[in-house]
Formats: sequence, structure tokens, C-alpha cells
Amino acid sequence: MSLLHITNARLLDPASGLDAAGELLVRDGIILDHGTGLGRLDGAEVVDAGGACLAPGLVDLRAALGEPGAEHRETIASAAQAAAAGGITTLCALPDTDPPLDDAALIQFVIRRGEATGCVTILPYAAATAGCAGKEIAEYGLLEEAGAVAFTDGTRAIGNARTMRLALSYARAFGSFVVQHPEEPSLAAGGAATEGERATRMGLPGIPVAAESMLVARDIELAKITGGHVHFAHVSTAAALAHIRAARVLGLRVTCDTAPPYFDLNETAIGEYRTYAKLSPPLRSDEDRLAVVAALKDGTIDAIASDHQPRDADDKRLPFAQAEAGGAGLATLLAVTLARVHAGDLTLLQALDLLTARPAKLLGIEAGTLRKGAPADLVLFHPERGWRVEAGKLPGKAQNTPFDGRALEGKVLGTWKAGRRVFG
Amino acid sequence: MPYPFRHLLAIEGLEPPYIAELLELADHYALQNRRGTTQRDLLKGRTLINLFFEDSTRTRTSFELAGKRLGADIVNMSVSTSSVNKGETLLDTAATLNAMRTDLLVVRHGQSGAPALLAQKVDAAVINAGDGTHEHPTQALLDALTIRRRKGRLEGLTVAICGDVLHSRVARSNIHLLLTMNARVRIVGPPTLIPSEAGRLGVEVHHDMKSGLEGADVVMMLRLQKERMTGGLVPSAREFFRFFGLDAAKLAYAKPDAIVMHPGPMNRGVEIDSAVADDPARSVIGEQVEMGVAVRMAVLDLLSRNLRRNA
Repeated sequence: MSLLHITNARLLDPASGLDAAGELLVRDGIILDHGTGLGRLDGAEVVDAGGACLAPGLVDLRAALGEPGAEHRETIASAAQAAAAGGITTLCALPDTDPPLDDAALIQFVIRRGEATGCVTILPYAAATAGCAGKEIAEYGLLEEAGAVAFTDGTRAIGNARTMRLALSYARAFGSFVVQHPEEPSLAAGGAATEGERATRMGLPGIPVAAESMLVARDIELAKITGGHVHFAHVSTAAALAHIRAARVLGLRVTCDTAPPYFDLNETAIGEYRTYAKLSPPLRSDEDRLAVVAALKDGTIDAIASDHQPRDADDKRLPFAQAEAGGAGLATLLAVTLARVHAGDLTLLQALDLLTARPAKLLGIEAGTLRKGAPADLVLFHPERGWRVEAGKLPGKAQNTPFDGRALEGKVLGTWKAGRRVFG
Repeated sequence: MPYPFRHLLAIEGLEPPYIAELLELADHYALQNRRGTTQRDLLKGRTLINLFFEDSTRTRTSFELAGKRLGADIVNMSVSTSSVNKGETLLDTAATLNAMRTDLLVVRHGQSGAPALLAQKVDAAVINAGDGTHEHPTQALLDALTIRRRKGRLEGLTVAICGDVLHSRVARSNIHLLLTMNARVRIVGPPTLIPSEAGRLGVEVHHDMKSGLEGADVVMMLRLQKERMTGGLVPSAREFFRFFGLDAAKLAYAKPDAIVMHPGPMNRGVEIDSAVADDPARSVIGEQVEMGVAVRMAVLDLLSRNLRRNA
């Protein structure tokens, strides 16, 4: 029997609305109790939180891991290290790897590799279509049996309307959902930045905002005729959010997430061709950024995901249009989200809800809560302690952060996975 | 006001006194070139490398001639695009050129921002000789010099830039320069060849040659690349020529003394009719080429004054 006793903490549990000073007891990796005056238990390891915030470990809805196939960018082990440093204890991995995760054996491989890290539960998405090629739907039943959490082609949009219809329809049989990268492929092809004045001035091929909103609109129509559940990843525009709001009013099964770059940065971050700020979807205008903030506030957005996309120097040290899109996001997920709390846009509980309980609920998993009997996946953080993001000094292998140089407030002090300390 | 910058990467952001200074000096070199008194040793001992990742005869030759007239040692490097593995050699090349202690580096590249990326990695002064669809600063300077010599000024003139503005670095540099020098700029072309939010650059946008050219002092035609047609942005060369190609009838919408410009090489019968291109009373296309050498001499001269490493 192992006992952990965290004292002198500010307990934050968005699932129950708890925000109070107190202590928390863990026995054999399970939350035994929390509150005040729990007394001392013999043989318990005592951690004095020093008044810092203790919350459920973060549930990251979307991260690419590089493994299998791109281990030079990131391995599951290095991503786990970065995740632990970022307070993430559950992470959904994208399937557009090499080979793509469209086979039960590959799903099991990724889960096992996650278990081997000991610090993060990896829930792999399976490919929505064979080979993530966007043509034939994959074996959802067998993949789900193997442990796939849901279905997506990762950073590739399912462009063909019939294929998407079949995916949404077929996923219903297994009570699952399809995650779409909402970007109309033919309209976005070759684009490097959001279409508009800035792209025009820089001579960069543009991706219109409409590429996102029209695929969202199309898939909402498909959700309507199939009764399926569509989830839109990294939503970044006011127009797409308007469609999603309208779909919710109709009672359709439509959910979405966004990622920190889309509420913390705008297109000016690409400056003089800064390739670390080249993302997919591209950074948007400040009006769109503000619309994302508003949608976080009003609940339209269900979760904040890291949208971690590891890239190495060779991927990024290129002329802008040729550089790979994608940013590292694991280590900065919490602190960039807290910036919205410090700015007064979200309450601390709201912010944590978007990082823990709401994504866990979406996935239907037992995580993201301090409930008694739940696994003791925990993050201890100081909400105001400052630090500066520095590419080259981040935990893990991927250093391609779009937040390079950004001063942040909010520092992870410790992370526990099933009661075992994995960071700090 | 002495030009204070290490590189010439873009016209955007360059303030009027610096543009004026470049033009003054170029004017001076134009005069010298005509007199044939230009062999000087200003750049003696300096190494200039023409680094061209895209084929170009006229721009490369123009820089070569400019450098030679000022006494620089010149090396031409053409890097065939087929051997370039996604631009990977760009920074490898930068490291090589640095080791060779290059003073002036003239770069043309198919990717917007490539010269800026090189400039971060080399000690040499970098001159952008055209990057992707971003800028072509010396072209805008030579166009401005040509206009100024013909019209006596830039301020208050109406310049119509016509054709494939979307893909044109020449158009972008010209727009920035002409607006900075208080000219009025119109861009004219089918909506498929006009960049998004172009109006926010400060230009008027027209989709027909009549309204676009009306009262213009300068008509600047752009090259329509053949592959744009295959990309479906315009249906055919003949349709493009019919509605947006410059012939005598369309030129008649402009002022009677309007001049006709083209950065070359021309697609005769696509964006411009030979009768207009070869009309000595209207076309200044030959003079543009002449001014190109003078402008590039001025740029090399000014940048060499700011070189970190003195020969």
C-alpha cells in the first residue's frame, strides 16, 4: 500500500466546482479523499503544496507524437517527458504517423509505448480512413476494440463529402465520433498563411478563412443527415464558430476544440517570415483570435488541446512557404491558457474545465477529476509564477514553439500519474 | 541622408529620403554610363556573387554589368532548382558563401522571404533580386528612375499596374515605392489575378482597362506567366489579350503622353501588343533596361559603404 498526502493546497476540481484550500489523500494511485482536517496517516509521503493550486492532470485532446515514423522529431518517451512537465497526464495521439494508425496492432503498439513511459496515458486516435488517405473508412470496430479513442485523419482533412458522411454514419455503430481538421483541401492547397493583407504584402500564398468555415458548415450538414457526432479540431475563426453555435442550437452532436496559438497569437506573429509561427490552420487576424476567446468564455468550445506538432530544425529552417507547419505545445499548454485567466477572460475553474473535465467527458474517460475513487492524476502549479518560453530549452525533443520569447505566468511545480510523481 | 541599412531586401518600409537618395545616385550613374566614363574602382577588391535559384538572364546580366563597371570581382552561381531539395541547400549555400568572404550577395529565389533568411545567416550585404511573389526592389527603383526621367517627378502621377498582380513581385515593390513617393497607383486585372485585400495596400483596384487606364500617366504591364493559364486563373491567352492586353485602342484611354513600361521578358500578343511595345513615342521599355544597370550600380555603391568588413 502506498500513501500520498498533499497538504496546504488550493484544491481545484472543475468537475464539481470545488475551489477551496485543503489537502488530498491518495492510496495506491487512487484519490482516497480530499478536504480539510484529514489527519495524518502512518507511512504517507507528505507533500506540502505551499498554497499552490492542485488540479486534475490535464487531458490533452490532440497531439502528434512523431512515433512511429518520425522519431527524429519526437518519440513517445520524449513527448511524455514534455507532457509531464506541462502537467498533462492523458494525451490523445494523432494517427497520421508513418505508418498511419489504421490497424489494431498499431493502436496497441502506441498504447503500450505510452504505458511504458509511466507518466502519461496515451489514447490513440485511429485513422478515420485507411492510410489516412481520405478514401475508404477504416475498421472502426476492430480499432476501437484495440483501444482507439475516436477516429480522425489527423492533420489531413477528410475532403470527400461522401467519405465523411460514411465515417460519421458508421462511427455511430460504435458510439464514437470523427475528428475533422476543418480545412477545405482544394481551397487551402499550397497556402502558407491566412489570406489577406498580410499574406499579400509578404507574397505568401493564402488560405482563406472560408476554407475552415465551409468545411465546418458542410460537416454540420452531414452530421444532420447521419445523426453522427463530428468534432472539429483547432477551430480558429469566427465564421466556423458561428456555424458550430447554430448547430448546437439545433441539438446536433457537434463539438470542437481549439489550441493556445489561436487565442494567444494572431497572424502578426509570423513577422518577418518566422517559420515557428507557421501553423495549420494558419494564425488568423486579431478579430478571429478574439472570437475564439469569446467562444472559450461562452462554452462553445469544448476543450483546449495542445495541438502539439513536433518539427525539427530542418523542417523549419526553410523559406516560409516551404517550411513545415506545426508548433510544439505540450509544455506551454497550461501557462498560455492561464494567460486568459490573468487577462480576465476566463475564471481559473473555467480554464481548468477546458483542460480537464470537459475533454474527459467528451472522450468518456475516467480522468480530469479529483473525485474520490478516481485515478490520482494530478498537477500542482503556481498560477502566477513567471517564466519565459525559450525554444531550445523546452522539455522533450520538439523545440518548435510559436511562443518563443513569450513571458508567461503560471508554472507547473509537480505532476503525478496514478499517484506516482512524474515531474517536479 | 545616407542609406543606413546593411541589405536591400524590400521596398516596403523604406522611407522617402532613402528612396530619393538611391534615385539621385542612380541618376548620376545613368549619366556616367551614357558618357562612357564609368570604369571605376569603387568596388575594387570586393567580391559580388550573383546567386540565382531561378533562371534569369536580364537581371543577372544587369547586376553583373553594374558590378563590373564599379570594379568588383564577380562570380555567377546558378543553382538549378531541380537539385535544390526543398530549399535545403539555401542555408548550406549561405555557410559556403560566408566561408568565401563574399561582400555582396545578389539573390534571386522562387520563395518569398528566402533572401531575408539568407541575410540572417551571412555577413555579406544581401540584395534581393526577386523573391517568390514578394518583392523585386531594384526593379521598382529602376522603374521609378525611368518614370522620373520621363515625367520629371513621381509625386502626383497616376500609375496603372496591369495584369497578373497576384503573382508579381514587381507589382508589390512598385506599389510600395510609388505610394511612398506620393504617386497614385491603380492595379488593373481580372479578379482572379488581383491579390486578396489589395485595396488595403493603398491602391485603387480596377477590373477593366478602360476605367483603370483613364487619365493614367504611366501604364505598367506585367508579364503573364504561361503556367497561370494552366492553373485556370484565366481561361485562355486570347481572352486575356482581348480584355487585359495592352494595344493601341486601350492605351488611348490613358493620357496622350502616357508612357508604357514592361519589366520584361514580354509575352507579345498576350499582355502587350507589339505595336505598342515597339512604339518609340510611348514605350520606355528599352530605357528601363538601361536604368536597371544604373540603379544596380547605385545600390552596390551604397551598400558597400555600409559593409561590416572593409577590404
